[in-house]
Amino acid sequence: MPTQMAASLCITFSPSTSKGVSLTVARECGQLVFLEGLKSSVDVFFRAQVEPHPLQFLREANAENLQPLYEFVREALKPVDDGEAAWRCPVLLVDDLSVLLSLGMGAVAVLDFIHYCRATVCWERKGNIVALVHDSGDTEDEENNILLNGLSHQSHLILRAEGLPTGFCRDVHGQLRILWRTPSQPTTQRDRSLTYQYKIQDKSVSFFAKGMSPAVL
Amino acid sequence: MGAGRGKPRALPTRPQYRASAEGGSGADPGGEAGPAWSGVGGAGDVSRPRVSGRRTGACGLLPLPPTTAPNGSSGPSRDSVEWEGRSLLKALIKKAALGGEQVHILGCEVSEEEFRAGFDSSINSRLVYYDLFRDPLNWAQTGKALPGGPLGALQAMCKRTDPGPVTVALDSLSWLLLRLPCAALCQALCAMSRQHACRGGGPAAEQLCMLGLLHRELHGPGPTGALSSLAQTEVTLSGTAGQASAHILCRRPRQRPTLETLWFSVLPDLSLDLQGGPPLESQPHPDPHTPQVDPASHLTFNLHLSKREREAKDSLTLPFQFSSEKQQALLRPGPGPATSRIFYEPDAFDDLDPEDPDGDLDV
Repeated sequence: MPTQMAASLCITFSPSTSKGVSLTVARECGQLVFLEGLKSSVDVFFRAQVEPHPLQFLREANAENLQPLYEFVREALKPVDDGEAAWRCPVLLVDDLSVLLSLGMGAVAVLDFIHYCRATVCWERKGNIVALVHDSGDTEDEENNILLNGLSHQSHLILRAEGLPTGFCRDVHGQLRILWRTPSQPTTQRDRSLTYQYKIQDKSVSFFAKGMSPAVL
Repeated sequence: MGAGRGKPRALPTRPQYRASAEGGSGADPGGEAGPAWSGVGGAGDVSRPRVSGRRTGACGLLPLPPTTAPNGSSGPSRDSVEWEGRSLLKALIKKAALGGEQVHILGCEVSEEEFRAGFDSSINSRLVYYDLFRDPLNWAQTGKALPGGPLGALQAMCKRTDPGPVTVALDSLSWLLLRLPCAALCQALCAMSRQHACRGGGPAAEQLCMLGLLHRELHGPGPTGALSSLAQTEVTLSGTAGQASAHILCRRPRQRPTLETLWFSVLPDLSLDLQGGPPLESQPHPDPHTPQVDPASHLTFNLHLSKREREAKDSLTLPFQFSSEKQQALLRPGPGPATSRIFYEPDAFDDLDPEDPDGDLDV
């Protein structure tokens, strides 16, 4: 069963820095397809578009859905050579969905976009999706809460990264709470939630149990 | 990261509806209540247990006498992010299928393969699945999408149910509620039960049981209340220490509502294991709209006042408060030139000099 996992974290957890991933090389050989929203949003306004641009909603006063953006994702996933995909198990990383809310899309439109991405990436292509949503903790922000909770209910795995409740620390940058929502493993009820603390380093992140930071041991 | 959160945000397209109280709260004598929804609301998922006259003792759902009401109304099951309710919904579906009923499922949130996972082949063959997951809004334009969008799919389901006991499962009500107006959804649900009743013969045989999953964090009190009012049973899921619990509120017509709490777990083969008994925490997750608990009620010291103490406290005049009595006392001429005197007994080491009383200070 395809699961939505922290694929991006797998890349940065590399134990030795010499095994880093070169995104430029990946992009050149077609392994990485990168849509830079900020740059391409300029194209929407200042360049004539023949076909709908993925970020077409920026131009439209009443953009109701993110279908052009979804079409872009679907096109990028299509196998290029003679019907066989060059790369297996695609991963879609979305950074981040809260920006789409700020740009005027409704929470339901963003949820529809992710729904369709799930249907294509997870179900059709047996891949994974990792999406980021910010939680400002503002209970007044209904749209963001709908997006956050809606996405949580669609996910098999939820990673909540937050600062330490006790404040800033130089050696521990925050804590990560991992919640599994896979329903078909009732025997692991006790393992449904784990909390780690982490420190972000130059090219990786180191994780440790609460209170077990190397700086204090 | 951190793009300005200064909207413009699209305005919500769904107005909030108040509960219509149609046939709700068991006050309706005629049994004309709309489709009773048994919602099972997990802390996340609200699924609706079905309660109409079916002996579902093993599920912990209270059996109801058959009524003339056509609705099988189960209710919404309310779940949450932490305690998901889809597994409970699947367990109830399995129970219905094993009981020989036809089961129709409207799947919106997960793919058909994922939903059918866990059911064995005999049960899977009894499930009629309407797939709204793959292309709910007809973006792909392949012609394979269910016509009419979500509402059309719901109405098509209604037409296809044969007379006889049938269970309809909606996965999920939240998905439908986010994309359809609340009133339209409630009307479609009511229409479904009415049409099913019209199609059938005797009152007891034709029973439609509707199970719906509702994610309670996604909706305000208005739409949730509206759906609850249609439901005969609501199951709210929560849990502590890794153990899931279900708070079941059952509203039978002409009877008082009952509230029961059960521990449960869903086994890998989707059978339901009820542990019964009162949980450690006997109250469900507190509703933010209920009044706060008195903070002075569970202390080791007494903060409450008796009647006499309260009277004494109220009648006390504070010493530095300028009350009218004090004003009168000041305005009245005093009894003598000095009302206070200081008595001082100097000891052997005192050297009092009346002309320079501070002479002994070394300043």
